[in-house]
Amino acid sequence: MQYLLRRLGFFVATLWVALTINFVLPRLMPGNPAEAMMARFHGKLSGQALSAMEVAFGVKTRSSPVAQYFSYLGDSLTGHWGTSITFFPSSVRSVVDGALPWTLGLVGITTIIAFVIGTLIGIVGAWHRGGWLDGILPPVFIILSAFPYFFIGMLAILAFSIKVHLLPQGGGITNGAMPSLSWNFIGDVLAHSVLPGVTIVVTSIGGWILTMRNNMITTLSEEHVRMARAKGLSSWRIMLDYAGRNALLPNLTGFGMALGFVVSGAILVEYVFSYPGVGYTLLQAVLNEDYPLMQVLFLLITVAVLVAVLLVDIITLVLDPRTRGT
Amino acid sequence: MLTAPHDPPGAKAPRAVVSLSSTELRGRAITRKRRGRALTSFGRTLVGSKKALAGATILFIMVVVAIIPNVLAPYSPSAEVFPPGLGPSGAHLLGTTSYGQDIFSQLIWGTRVSLVIAVVAGLISTFLSVIIGVSAAYLGGVLDGILSLLTDSFLVIPAFPLVVVIAAYSNGGGTPIIIAVLVVTGWSFGARQLRAQGLSLRNRDFLAAAQLRGERRLRIIVFEMLPSMTSLIVANFLGAAVYSVLTAAGLEFIGLGNVNTESWGTMLYWAQNNQALTAGIPLWALAPGLAIALLGGAFALLNYAFDEVSNPALRHVVLTRPHRHRIGRQRAS
Repeated sequence: MQYLLRRLGFFVATLWVALTINFVLPRLMPGNPAEAMMARFHGKLSGQALSAMEVAFGVKTRSSPVAQYFSYLGDSLTGHWGTSITFFPSSVRSVVDGALPWTLGLVGITTIIAFVIGTLIGIVGAWHRGGWLDGILPPVFIILSAFPYFFIGMLAILAFSIKVHLLPQGGGITNGAMPSLSWNFIGDVLAHSVLPGVTIVVTSIGGWILTMRNNMITTLSEEHVRMARAKGLSSWRIMLDYAGRNALLPNLTGFGMALGFVVSGAILVEYVFSYPGVGYTLLQAVLNEDYPLMQVLFLLITVAVLVAVLLVDIITLVLDPRTRGT
Repeated sequence: MLTAPHDPPGAKAPRAVVSLSSTELRGRAITRKRRGRALTSFGRTLVGSKKALAGATILFIMVVVAIIPNVLAPYSPSAEVFPPGLGPSGAHLLGTTSYGQDIFSQLIWGTRVSLVIAVVAGLISTFLSVIIGVSAAYLGGVLDGILSLLTDSFLVIPAFPLVVVIAAYSNGGGTPIIIAVLVVTGWSFGARQLRAQGLSLRNRDFLAAAQLRGERRLRIIVFEMLPSMTSLIVANFLGAAVYSVLTAAGLEFIGLGNVNTESWGTMLYWAQNNQALTAGIPLWALAPGLAIALLGGAFALLNYAFDEVSNPALRHVVLTRPHRHRIGRQRAS
């Protein structure tokens, strides 16, 4: 219980740090970019939207920075995110609602796939240490993870949609396709997500393999594994139940950090494939100097990662009896 | 207190430097001896491991290219004087861009900026990690709590969106801004590792001895703790350099750097903007992409090999006797 409370506390504290960074950044920057943006859009926005943005960015407002800060916190938490400039006159809220499912689907599923496969390769690699699998897969994927995500994406496009017209080059669905629950539509969505998905899996798997393999090697030399061997248990049981389960814990703890890297890479993958998710929208917002949309998307990505980390903490609670005590 | 995340380290850095220069010679001799030992083990890794040797070779070649691009590149990287979109040939090893520039010359000139960003950003973030991580470990108490919370928060907040947001606000400030952004988002991983190692060192006898001798805190940190952490610090630098190479490339690729510098990321930006892949000049995008991967891979290979030095459990070799003694001591941490 105490463990869970501590993790919840960390969740809240980190969320607050992220919110605060978001508030402070536009005010710290030289030349006040927000003011320049406001000047550009002065005629375009209605009075109310304008004044909301004035508060959010601290431009031409008479209220004190402290009051601005608290009204910003309130607006951010209650979903009053203002109007997007790129997709004017849509609200930031509706733009976000449109982009979120794409990213949650793509990044969520690929992360789970990469984690499972990477962890299994790490376990088997460490178990048959020095064997052919251990000699080939870990080095290959570690070198692949040094490649920029977007570069692998470009290679994939070149190979599978330009040289061989096998899969679509980009986008979430075929232009003009109507969203429906038909197999055609679902197939179309899947076909568009194969290349970006495989790109993310291939480049992110190396990290999981490396940490899992290292943990596993350390765990295998421990007494309880020797004990299990002495008892004559089957090697599958020892590998998964005795060593694997224990070696998995540090890997789960590292999940939050790794997730940050994966999400970062996924942004560029979305950009390369014009995949209509949060990352692609974020970059569009940046290129159009759409600060309200940019701020909200940054916060959302952070919150998504924080929630995932919290979920992993809860899984750890189930897997690791030590966190349940006291 | 937490509103300006890069303030506390910035305020602390100069102080540490000042006291470093004002200490007596004996301490320096000890430091040199310890650092020397760590460097010998680094050298041994380099020769002993194929991975490390490959990484070091790639890095060495790139450093040479970065120093003398004017000798190696056949043409000016920016001159738009050739027919656009040529394929590879004897005159243009990698062909020409849609603007009629020589791709090979661009690749050669791009080495310098890309390498400088990696090394400088890597060095500064490692410096920050050391200061924050080690002081958190040594000072303990409330200060440790605050510094650790800050470290963990920065670790979990996804770096790239933050990088993108900062770069967007600073509006194309060029290489120095990119380096600053990489440092702000890149220090936390190392700080956490160094704090962990610092904590395990705290109760060692040699530190207790230094305390009993009545040495000042700062002196203990700089001359007693840091030298014994050299291998982890080097590993951290390599990790930070990989991170910097990839992130800088990503930033430049989406056009958030200075698009007029000569670097690999910028080449990719122009290639993507002119749809080099579909336009039949894939080398324009493939060459800088591979170069980035090679540089990142070189640092990663060195790091991988170095991981085996700092974590002997991962090593697969028979050790000589005097060596074994030292490894045993490290392992206890």
